[in-house]
Amino acid sequence: MNENKKIKLFINNKPIEVEEGTTILQAAQKMDIEIPTLCYHSLLEPYAACRVCVVERKMGEKVDLATSCNTEVKEGMEVFTDSEKAVNARKMNIELLMARAPAAEPVQEIAQKMGIEKTPFEIKDPTEKCILCGLCVRCCEEVVQANAIGFVDRGLEREVSPPFGEPSEDCIGCTACAFFCPTEAITYEDLHERKIIHEEMDLGPSKAIRVPLRQAVPMVPFVDEESCIHFKTGGCQLCEKVCEKEAVNHEAEEKEIELDVGTVILASGFKTFDSKRIPPYNYGRLDNIISGLEFERMVNASGPTGGEIRMTNGEKPQSVGLVHCVGSRDENYNQYCSRVCCMYSLKFAHLIAENTDADIYDFYIDMRCFGKGYEEFYHRLLEEGTKFIRGRVSEITDIPLSEKEEGKLIIRVEDTLMDTVRRVPVDMVVLATGLEPNEDQTELARMFNITTSQDGFFLERHPKLAPVSTASDGVFLAGACQGPKDIPDTVGQAGAAASEALALADKGTFELEPITAEIDEEVCAGCQLCIGLCPYTAISYDKEKGVSVVEEALCKGCGTCVSACPSGASQQKHFRDQQIMAEIEGIFIE
Amino acid sequence: MGNQSFDPRLVGFLCNWCSYTGADLAGTSRMTYAPNLRIIRVMCSGRVDPQFILKAFKEGADGVLVSGCHPGDCHYQEGNYKALRRHRLLSNMLEQMGIEKERFRLEWVSAAEGAKFQKVCNEFTEQIRKLGPLNMNGGKNEQTEA
Repeated sequence: MNENKKIKLFINNKPIEVEEGTTILQAAQKMDIEIPTLCYHSLLEPYAACRVCVVERKMGEKVDLATSCNTEVKEGMEVFTDSEKAVNARKMNIELLMARAPAAEPVQEIAQKMGIEKTPFEIKDPTEKCILCGLCVRCCEEVVQANAIGFVDRGLEREVSPPFGEPSEDCIGCTACAFFCPTEAITYEDLHERKIIHEEMDLGPSKAIRVPLRQAVPMVPFVDEESCIHFKTGGCQLCEKVCEKEAVNHEAEEKEIELDVGTVILASGFKTFDSKRIPPYNYGRLDNIISGLEFERMVNASGPTGGEIRMTNGEKPQSVGLVHCVGSRDENYNQYCSRVCCMYSLKFAHLIAENTDADIYDFYIDMRCFGKGYEEFYHRLLEEGTKFIRGRVSEITDIPLSEKEEGKLIIRVEDTLMDTVRRVPVDMVVLATGLEPNEDQTELARMFNITTSQDGFFLERHPKLAPVSTASDGVFLAGACQGPKDIPDTVGQAGAAASEALALADKGTFELEPITAEIDEEVCAGCQLCIGLCPYTAISYDKEKGVSVVEEALCKGCGTCVSACPSGASQQKHFRDQQIMAEIEGIFIE
Repeated sequence: MGNQSFDPRLVGFLCNWCSYTGADLAGTSRMTYAPNLRIIRVMCSGRVDPQFILKAFKEGADGVLVSGCHPGDCHYQEGNYKALRRHRLLSNMLEQMGIEKERFRLEWVSAAEGAKFQKVCNEFTEQIRKLGPLNMNGGKNEQTEA
């Protein structure tokens, strides 16, 4: 077998056995022998452009220099990576590169390691960074398969460029060239500097393959077809190559799976209030005003700042304002209390105190610490030194009225305990955004034939006696889709919903309400008026007998057919005409 | 004309899923509203036979309310539309019989609308109070005036 053919060679007098087709560079890397290189990348075909990886090789009598990245090993070959001849050649190549691209940092690093201080050659452009390694051209050709850039001209004039020096139509803007570029000669404009954290949070993850969020279940990455190169050009698929478990499959398609189930638990969750809907808060317009969820992402140890609290300029804030009830308890937006915001704001205050030396101002209407241990936590924060100001914030502005307000965000609020209007200048504001029903909540409610309460969340059958059931049998509710809820309450409700669903499933039989309609064969004239009215097609016509017949298992007991029956043959059990007539008579007895 | 001391007798046919629950919510929410409406629960507003309404008037009702789920929200898909059709037809018929159209009212009250139920009750009572008692059936209604 050709694949398994082993080749023996010596590198720096040490023997090694590798498979046929291996390059000298790869063999040396296996032995942990470092050969400097600038244009080699394990995912791309070798190109031997930088010529820094040059080594001395000996085959029998023949001794010469070779670029190790694209020279395959041969039986009995002797390689010297640090011989005088090799090092001298490498030095010369580095000096040439230093002249060509003086601003390229990796070249300077190698030069430093090799003890080269400056190049004897003439420097043409001291700001040049491109070393013509061709990584960008090769990745665009081999990986992306867009062929948007290439080399133009020769000799000293050689450079990387799209055709005719004009923006290429073939470029898909994947920025892979900038990713491969070792010297930052190619950058992309939307690459934000690390410190502009808040905007980066808006941008979201920049990679096409990612885990949707840190708490995702299952914790598995997915390929975003919108930004994945493969779905644009058919190329790349690097992830498939590097994944040892071969778990990436670009051919996989979204599927709709139909399941027959007996019970359904709705746990469709909520969405957060969009603070942009409150113009005076200037969210999204002024820097350093962030929502609760954005703050949560920032203080997350695996977030963009590694858990550090930072303003957009990268500095720690000296003062932070926490604004409660954003979009909640407000007749203009949502009248209800979102329940979780007070407690998460208190948690934020605690985290800010732990993380920074900032002054913390907490603007609340009422402190709603309703759960177990919550009030105690509030008292702990009172002791920690958070300044609590009771009053709804009317405005957050950047227009200063005095010198100390300059360059700050000013929170305008009526302090209802001090009976005065205050202006509090802070560096950063965190808005405690409330919870709202999802956009498709009504649609979902229709689908399951249940209703929503006035606030838009799903309505339970009874607030006390059937808090997880709905008007539809077998459909149960769990979590914030039923109303704003914190995690303990959600877990509790979810457990209840699960056991209700299981109880129904375990029984294996289904109980019908005894209120179905029945048709008296003796009376029915066979007019079939009822058949067209039944929404469940539970009534059929018995041709032989000449009467309509109700299929009891299908009948849900609405009684529409009963009230339409001209002869009174159709009657609903427990809601018979006679019974209701008697009720009407009885209702007037004083 | 209207008599402030007149206490109308109203009959309400409420559907089990929306309006009856809405009325229950008004109760559990401790809302106060006119006590004149006497409620008969039916599974769906589509169950309300026009005869029931005539019977209610015959037995001494000064006004009849039929209330169901909002259009599109019917627990039985479309029973409330059938109630709507019957309401239109019956209203015309009532006029021919000399019963004012306003005495027969159709409302959509969802299970979440306790406040709306309260409003409907108060409005309807006030409206019928202005209309005065329904004089039919040999003055049976006049008992309330005494």
